[in-house]
Amino acid sequence: MQFERVVKTIFLGLAFAGLAACSSNNTSDSDVSETDKAGGETVIIEDTTNDETAGGVEVGSVDPVLSAEEEERQKAAELRQSQVVYFEFDRSDIGGEYAEILEAHASYLRDNPSVSVLIEGHTDEKGTPEYNIALGERRGKAVSKYLQSLGVLASQISIVSYGEEKPVDNSHTEAAMAKNRRAVLVY
Amino acid sequence: MMKKFLVSVSLVFAFMNVAQANLEIVITEGVDSARPVGVVPFVWQGHGDVPLDLAKVVADDLRRSGKFNPVAISDMPQTPQSIEQIDYEAWAALGVEAVLTGKVEALEAGKFKVSYTLVDVLRGQVTAGNKQELKDGQLVTSQDHILLDRFKSVARAQLRQMSHLISDGVYQSLTGERGAFLTRIAYVVVNNEATYPYQLRIADYDGHNEKTLLRSQEPLMSPSWSPDGRQLAYVSFENRTAEIYVQDIYTSQRTKLTSFSGINGAPEWSPDGSKIALVLSKDGQPDIYVIEVASKKLKRITKNRRIDTEPTWLPSGNDLLFSSERGGKPQIYKVNLDTNKINRVTWEGEMNLGGSVTPDGSALVMVSRVNGQYRIARQDFDTGYVQVLTRTQLDESPTIAPNGSMIMYSTVAGGRQVLALVSMDGRFKATLPAKEGSVRAPAWSPFLN
Repeated sequence: MQFERVVKTIFLGLAFAGLAACSSNNTSDSDVSETDKAGGETVIIEDTTNDETAGGVEVGSVDPVLSAEEEERQKAAELRQSQVVYFEFDRSDIGGEYAEILEAHASYLRDNPSVSVLIEGHTDEKGTPEYNIALGERRGKAVSKYLQSLGVLASQISIVSYGEEKPVDNSHTEAAMAKNRRAVLVY
Repeated sequence: MMKKFLVSVSLVFAFMNVAQANLEIVITEGVDSARPVGVVPFVWQGHGDVPLDLAKVVADDLRRSGKFNPVAISDMPQTPQSIEQIDYEAWAALGVEAVLTGKVEALEAGKFKVSYTLVDVLRGQVTAGNKQELKDGQLVTSQDHILLDRFKSVARAQLRQMSHLISDGVYQSLTGERGAFLTRIAYVVVNNEATYPYQLRIADYDGHNEKTLLRSQEPLMSPSWSPDGRQLAYVSFENRTAEIYVQDIYTSQRTKLTSFSGINGAPEWSPDGSKIALVLSKDGQPDIYVIEVASKKLKRITKNRRIDTEPTWLPSGNDLLFSSERGGKPQIYKVNLDTNKINRVTWEGEMNLGGSVTPDGSALVMVSRVNGQYRIARQDFDTGYVQVLTRTQLDESPTIAPNGSMIMYSTVAGGRQVLALVSMDGRFKATLPAKEGSVRAPAWSPFLN
């Protein structure tokens, strides 16, 4: 994540340089080589096939500059791709590693009060099916409570517990069971 | 965001036949002390092939009870066609205590007359069936070695049922306890490859005559038989939320019993059939409720901020057992429905849940976690003695045969969830491997005859 951000910053810097190069040369029928010299690797040449025969004009463009908010929004959208919270055996407390993901979901739901989310509670197959329905509901409620503490309205949230009835991994191993102990946010 | 799910459930109106028996009982652990009996191949009087080997069905039934060891045909000293031909000495030499002979006759209109006789080998040996005794001043031949001598006319489709009826008779005659061979099981098959992955099915106790009652794209759980064996209550997620339905197994008529917000689970019919105990979380945490089936009048039984679930009736109908976390890990408690007084019942094991009471009310069968393993255990109410009955993995959903002799449950074997059997004393064990899918949530029917 940190590495990606650095790369993105460099990328933006190069884009600015390219833009500057373009604008400084926009009065002349500049050739590609000049912009290249000015760090033009980042300039996207839209149509280079017929530039000589089509009146000697060449059009370039750059990626839009991301505002801080846009960057934030993109990151939140990425985080919201994560829709699963995993649990320890027989537990329903939410691990600290899910804080960022759940904040992203909460912020989206706060900004969009007309959107609602369904939280599915799931368990592994240890214990009995009906006990696991109760445990799955407790996991769903734990996530619901967490989101509400971040300002999401209770009316935006519904919960269904599937207990051990809908495993993602059916191989009956400890590793499979860890994957099955989960709450899933479904929009 | 909640889309309408249009065709998530398919009610199977005519019983849908599954081509072959999906389940087959495989004995994994027999009982050394099982009593030898002779089940002689029945005489066939009709054209063509015999429609069903009734003696084989009876012998299989008796063997699967864990109490009897039918002599293999190849080891029989003779295959008498009637009791007059029985060589009592020869059977006695094998330690056989009783011999069953029978006859199937083809009648008009596709009917069959099935007659059968069970004789006591020891008495037959003593009197040779020719003991003369005085009765009302007359000298008559005593037939005191004949334990059963019956016949019945049935249609071809009922020959299997007829065999189970014979097994019931033999079992009762030799043990004094009612047989449970003419019973059914309900269970859920999960096959993720299928269009409707979740299927509620019923079959004879031995896996034959399997029929599908309901197919759904969403989970089906916790079938419970009405005491008349006519209806099943179960949980369905077909509307993407838990709801309890009641379905008549003969007419396919289906009604929604409860659809409260949150959990609608663990339905369990009362012994008199008028009420269903269930779990609802509409008022917060999962608690035990009782609903009157006819009026839908609902009564809350427990009120606790931790999980209460899995209610099950004591035979009297005045008390419920249930699993609760009120003391920490789940344990089984008893609540009296008149006084609402609650007592803890289980004390051994890391946790105990999924309880079910034997038909005579003397013991509790449950899932017990011992050293991290989930096993089926029995606790006697009188002594408090607990016996772990199984050594299988991830055991759950125990259900007891209506005569109290056997427990069926679901377990994981060979990487798949399958049904298994264990006798009430833990000495007899069997599995019911399935041809397709995983099988869970068994429920043993009441007596059907």
